[in-house]
Amino acid sequence: MNKFNTYFKEAFAGAGTLLVGMRTTLKIFFRAKVTEQYPENRATLQISDRFRGELVMPHDENNQHHCVGCKLCEMACPNGTIHITTDVKEDEEGKKTRYLVKYEYDLGSCMFCQLCVNACPHDAIRFSNHFENAVFSRNTLVRQLNHEGSTLKK
Amino acid sequence: MPQGLAYLIEGLLVAVLLIVAYAVFAIILIYMERKICAFFQLRLGPMRVGKWGLLQVFADVIKILIKEIIRLKNADHFLYAMAPYIVILASILTFSCLPWNKGMQVIDYNIGVFFLIAVSSIEVVGILLAGWSSRNKYSLIGAVRGGAMMISYELSLGMVMLTMVVMSGTMSISGIVEQQADGWNIFKGHVPAVIAFIIYLIAGNAEANRGPFDLAEAEQELTAGYHTEYSGMHFGFFYLAEYLNLFIVSGIASTLFLGGWMPFHVSGLDGFNAVMDFIPGFVWFLGKTFFIVFILMWVKWTFPRLRIDQVLQLEWKYLLPLGMLNLVLMTVLKIAGLVF
Repeated sequence: MNKFNTYFKEAFAGAGTLLVGMRTTLKIFFRAKVTEQYPENRATLQISDRFRGELVMPHDENNQHHCVGCKLCEMACPNGTIHITTDVKEDEEGKKTRYLVKYEYDLGSCMFCQLCVNACPHDAIRFSNHFENAVFSRNTLVRQLNHEGSTLKK
Repeated sequence: MPQGLAYLIEGLLVAVLLIVAYAVFAIILIYMERKICAFFQLRLGPMRVGKWGLLQVFADVIKILIKEIIRLKNADHFLYAMAPYIVILASILTFSCLPWNKGMQVIDYNIGVFFLIAVSSIEVVGILLAGWSSRNKYSLIGAVRGGAMMISYELSLGMVMLTMVVMSGTMSISGIVEQQADGWNIFKGHVPAVIAFIIYLIAGNAEANRGPFDLAEAEQELTAGYHTEYSGMHFGFFYLAEYLNLFIVSGIASTLFLGGWMPFHVSGLDGFNAVMDFIPGFVWFLGKTFFIVFILMWVKWTFPRLRIDQVLQLEWKYLLPLGMLNLVLMTVLKIAGLVF
């Protein structure tokens, strides 16, 4: 008798769970789809804020940046991706200061580990969301991050 | 024109029409399957080739047509080449039994349901041959699984069809549709008809080798099952037959239970009935059929695949006894005049 009961109980329980499954999938059927139609939806594309596309050095409207040329990022970089050229200038009081001449960044060897951004004491560099970085030659991947004629923001 | 020639020309025309309809429905079903599968997985499906990917299937057809048919070294070549034709032959023969509209039916005679069951069973021979002649362990395991499953589920299918034949009092397919003019079988036959409908959907899904019962071609275990070694259009035939079997199973379900090409009528509402009559019969038939196709696809993309022992357990311990009881119930109700 017990076996007889379990036979029916199992059959009905099985049918019940199947219906639960079908209800769930039907709900999903009518839900908004997650597929990104990428090249067509460039305008509305949502990329998460912390996505690391490429290294940039933000400049303000006076063409000024925060980089003091301390080379901490160059030292932090495990791949030797960053090359910084600095020079020393002397002001009228005879005080020598180092300033940034050229900040070279090779996107081709960057592994987007963010160690350079973490090492920077002045928040002069950050990673941007821009991700369409494909080019036809590797030379074009080497970029100068400081703009022409830019100066240090006091 | 001599009569023989006229018959020959008529036969050829009907055959060409059938094959064209077969191909067109295969294309519609493949597109539908890809879209519905995608929607159940929160994707959009094919979107690139043509608007909403409408030309995707045509691109796939061209691709499969220009592919090479590989000649295997150690296969049984005669049987290997014959298997896809047997499968597609069974499928087309069953396809030609479907009632499209009043008088629009290729094969129709007084033992129509019997003929239908008989020709749809030929398919299993093709599957077993394909697995046997490929000389591949995956193919063989897939074919034997498919054979065991299809032969088992044919019993349930037969029981269900017998139930509906008892209710209709005729075996002719057009006759079954005609007697549903005053109400579809699923409404007229209430409890036993609904049980039979559910059993039919499960067994038919297994017959079409789809859904949770696709263990003849279980991709993860058997690469592709019985058609692992096939390429080009030989593979295409299996693929076509698989999709058309889905359509045929749905078409028979709509014939037996949902009134075939009969419009939906509510007795008493004459205006409503007149509007329903205005819609042509084949639209009704296709609408009902694609509704059931959607249900079967819904099932397929919801449930995980069963093991072979679970599949056979479901058939022999649950569906077949239920089908037999249902047949008895239907007979008793029919005699007592409780089904209409």
